Amino acid sequence: MKNRYLSLLTATLLSLALPALADRTPIPVDTPASFKAECASCHMAFPPSLLSADDWKKTMNQLDKHFGTDAAVDSKAAREIGSFLERNAGSGSRVAGAGNPPRITKTARFERKHHEIPNKYWRDPRIKSAANCEACHRDASKGSFSERDILIPELRD
Amino acid sequence: MRTLITLSVSAALLLCSLSASAETPQQIRQLYTTEAATQQAGFTASAKRGDAFFRQRFAINDKMPSCSSCHTDSPLIPGKHAVTGKDIKPLAPQAHAERLTDPAKVEKWFGRNCKEVVGRLCTPAEKADFVAFLSEVR
Repeated sequence: MKNRYLSLLTATLLSLALPALADRTPIPVDTPASFKAECASCHMAFPPSLLSADDWKKTMNQLDKHFGTDAAVDSKAAREIGSFLERNAGSGSRVAGAGNPPRITKTARFERKHHEIPNKYWRDPRIKSAANCEACHRDASKGSFSERDILIPELRD
Repeated sequence: MRTLITLSVSAALLLCSLSASAETPQQIRQLYTTEAATQQAGFTASAKRGDAFFRQRFAINDKMPSCSSCHTDSPLIPGKHAVTGKDIKPLAPQAHAERLTDPAKVEKWFGRNCKEVVGRLCTPAEKADFVAFLSEVR
């Protein structure tokens, strides 16, 4: 009987841990339309869990100087997007180190996952920018960053 | 008094219909043409001038010297953001039916992109020409 409980517990814990192992950062169900309209035109809608709440706050507070672009939004959209990002933000060491302005590509998790990618790939015209997740991660806009789905075949192994 | 009420009711109705229903490229062109005509009597929009504007090198921004830096030489084909590499759907309604149907969206993107690429806000005349070009290009 005790064993059965143990295996049940193991199975439950495993099922909780698996989504993280599979590199899924699903787009939250409470995503407001303004997030897609304002934050997914020039770049992909980045999953909120890829930065900490503090770093999203910093990002939202300097939208008028957003990586060389004035990406300011009206105050209603700013409140809506800001609270959505903070509500669904990541936490812990994985999202540490983003810097200021915060960059997803500087976080510990991004660096750990991409350290083996040679420089020539980042310069590849098909990739262009490390912010262009979809260049390699086919289903990135759906929150899937699984290595199985990498688009540029040379990068798959 | 009665006229005033009728007037304000019809104005309110007009505003409602403007914000609730999707516009056509023709209506958006007319909005900018009307605005331009208040500054320049007898103004009519020109697709040819819009075409030239689309290709003009403003060279304010070295990554995006002209509209075509991201939108390619033809508004009928998909573009790519010059910095992030994100795909951009074609600008012409002929190739992407959603284009030029939401006046607020059109105005927002003129606002952002004119500042960034042209280095200033675009005039109503430039916007009218640009919309004329996008709607007529085949």
